[in-house]
Amino acid sequence: MKIPQELRFAASHEWATEPADGIVTVGISDFAQDQLGDVVFVELPDVGRSLAAGEAAAVVESVKTASDIYAPLAGEVVEVNGALLDAPEAINTDAYGEGWLFRLRVTDAAAWGGLLDADAYAAVAEEG
Amino acid sequence: MRQTPLHDEHVALNGRMVDFAGWRMPIQYPTGIPQEHLAVRQDAGMFDVSHMGQLRVLGPDGAPFLSWATLNDPAKLRPAQGQYSMLQNDRGGLIDDLYVYRDVDESFLVVANAANVDAVLGHLQSLAAAPTPGPFRVVVRDESDAWALLAVQGPSAAAKVDRLADADLTSVRKNRLVDTTLSGMPVRLARTGYTGEDGFELFCRPVDAAALWRLLLEAGVTPCGLGARDTLRLEAGFPLFGHELDDRSNPLCTPFAWVVKDKPAFGLEALRAGGCPRRLVGLVLEGRGIARDGYRVLDEAGGDIGRVTSGTVSPLTRTSIALAWVDAAHADEGARIAVEIRGQPVAATVTPPPFYRP
Repeated sequence: MKIPQELRFAASHEWATEPADGIVTVGISDFAQDQLGDVVFVELPDVGRSLAAGEAAAVVESVKTASDIYAPLAGEVVEVNGALLDAPEAINTDAYGEGWLFRLRVTDAAAWGGLLDADAYAAVAEEG
Repeated sequence: MRQTPLHDEHVALNGRMVDFAGWRMPIQYPTGIPQEHLAVRQDAGMFDVSHMGQLRVLGPDGAPFLSWATLNDPAKLRPAQGQYSMLQNDRGGLIDDLYVYRDVDESFLVVANAANVDAVLGHLQSLAAAPTPGPFRVVVRDESDAWALLAVQGPSAAAKVDRLADADLTSVRKNRLVDTTLSGMPVRLARTGYTGEDGFELFCRPVDAAALWRLLLEAGVTPCGLGARDTLRLEAGFPLFGHELDDRSNPLCTPFAWVVKDKPAFGLEALRAGGCPRRLVGLVLEGRGIARDGYRVLDEAGGDIGRVTSGTVSPLTRTSIALAWVDAAHADEGARIAVEIRGQPVAATVTPPPFYRP
């Protein structure tokens, strides 16, 4: 199970990159994609939508189940990964790269530091 | 939880094990469900289905007894032939769906779903003993522990099994049985399956199961779990008991009405009297998302007209497909309806299964 040190995580298994010019990239963890199994559909938020931290923002649907994806931080959606609509399996093959879901202009960049670091998230994933 | 004789093989292949009908079974291997599915559609895949039950019906009245007890007509089977069938209750519904093989004149092998073995056994035994129209001169016994069962399916499956078998299998047609050996191990091969593809179901001794599994693995057959088994059977339009069919399902209102033959049978009057306020139909969805078991089916005005029983996205076409029971007024081919997915209606068209033909 891969958990990159440079990312921060929500307990609901989303990752977020460190804010750069107030923008973070969001996806789901390698652990989450492995639990979901083969992803077949993705629903992404509309660009421009304002999200509260913890608000349902996207849906990742695998053969087994459909799972809500929550915004790990509050902010406005500035970009979505449209390539996933045709190639949702990128979430399985490259959860931290090609499988990114959306980018947020965060309301409070400092809140990123309050998310779980890699070690804390590893403990959460271990418990399932 | 019970384990099949192939349990350690699944674990060695990193199969993801889940509890299914009282058994530890692989839902998938690291290959993943879509790739396992495609292996069966394009080459050959194998499934451990040893959890399924085998019941033996033995005795001079075997044919008339099973003709009374089931909806298809096993009396029409010649030795070494099999047929898909259903076991009905007397309340207009079903106890299980089955495969019935006649191995020799006075011996039938009934393959039942794992979850229903005890119910099927009890029902058959009580029907056999009933004074009217019986009692039948048959013994019904559970032989599930005596058999392991592997399904080898796909366009290359028969050729791969043929190369390993000591009998020539090219003359073994669909729904036929043959007893032969693979690498010296006795097997009973049935040219049947649950994927819509050609192939064999391989009944063997539990002690030989792992060696046969490895032999097939070496022959290039892809191990597939219950996940791919489900997407394949759904694409092929086959029902799964507990989803499409249950103790209140009237098979006359399904695409499988052909199973019900016109001859005296237990509970048949109740089925005929039941009528079809709802029908089991295939759906092709136009939008994204999977129509899952229990989701509501809606008419164009948003009214509740039924329930989804199974749904998936076809790994072949990426189309979202489903089976559903819907009000008869909306069950005709081409009817425009919708499935409610996470609160939103997603448009769908009634489309008779199968969704895929090899």
